[in-house]
Amino acid sequence: MARYRFPIVAGSGLLLAIVPAGNATALDGKAVFAEKCASCHTAAGPAPTTFQGVLRRKAPDLHYAGSKFKREWLVRWTQNPTPIRSSGTMFLNHVVTEDGKDRIDSRTVLSCPSRLSSQEAETVGDYLMSLKDPNMRIGVVDRNRKFSTSVALRLFTKQYPCMGCHTVKIRDKETGGVSGPPLTDAGERLNPDWVYARIENPQYWDPKTWMPRIELSHEKRETLTLFVVAPK
Amino acid sequence: MNRFAIGFGCIVAATALAPAPGRTETVEENYRLYCVQCHGMAGTGQGVNQTAGGLAVSARDHTSAEQMAKLTDDEIRLAIAKGGDAVQKSELMPPWGDVLAAKDIDDLVAYLRKLCKCAAAK
Repeated sequence: MARYRFPIVAGSGLLLAIVPAGNATALDGKAVFAEKCASCHTAAGPAPTTFQGVLRRKAPDLHYAGSKFKREWLVRWTQNPTPIRSSGTMFLNHVVTEDGKDRIDSRTVLSCPSRLSSQEAETVGDYLMSLKDPNMRIGVVDRNRKFSTSVALRLFTKQYPCMGCHTVKIRDKETGGVSGPPLTDAGERLNPDWVYARIENPQYWDPKTWMPRIELSHEKRETLTLFVVAPK
Repeated sequence: MNRFAIGFGCIVAATALAPAPGRTETVEENYRLYCVQCHGMAGTGQGVNQTAGGLAVSARDHTSAEQMAKLTDDEIRLAIAKGGDAVQKSELMPPWGDVLAAKDIDDLVAYLRKLCKCAAAK
């Protein structure tokens, strides 16, 4: 038996060296992402530049996830991926027209089928948070600024077309359009600096987005951002 | 026929066949991407945002000759480029001038006239 002892000890040492111990690393997260997420999500970019490319997109782009999301939300959500977009990644893929009226056929909107373990979620969280956009301005939104809800509502629902496509909760009632993602819980998942940047230039993030680009002062854009990320 | 000539020919062919930058979409595709969400697949003003109750002011029915004949082509052009507010209509109609080129907007105006089967107001 003695002649087997050295190879077993050496083999065990090698194994311990290969298996990562302690904190999750971005490299592990990349591998988990490739296995469990990459069949639908891209982490490489760029976003599609054609209408057909947008129709083919199966799930939101994640190549700037580290700029867009909050890490704690990513780690929590990937362990229990509840649906976010009731109209799917691209609403046109889920429209049915009956008697000249369109509606979303929710049966065709599929939830994310992957569910990560808590360790996988931590490593994928690290990996996704490493994917930063190099141009996004950080700290442009004053998160401590008090804003008037009535002013924000006037901007969001009357002066600008936001509510036409996005659902929010107003006085405990969900109201608004459905062709864009709902914004009711946006503050839980989104980085305010990214929301600001997205409003400022939607086409920078997604050249063929169906969100318009609207000229706004910094104050109005910041107010809208603070409203979007505020708990509702 | 040497490799250089073949390579050059391939480049010329690829350039000729490639869509012009920023003009990859047909007018029908632009209508589907930007307009259908409110105005509907059939153009009747019953897009998903309308039927979900998201529009406090109804989206225009593009198939209605009665509604569309009231508008000049310039008014439609301005509404698309600068938004509803620019033509004293609802702000729910967004400005698309930063997204669509002038030629795309002209094509959409012509497309809308086909949908309503009507001419522009004088």
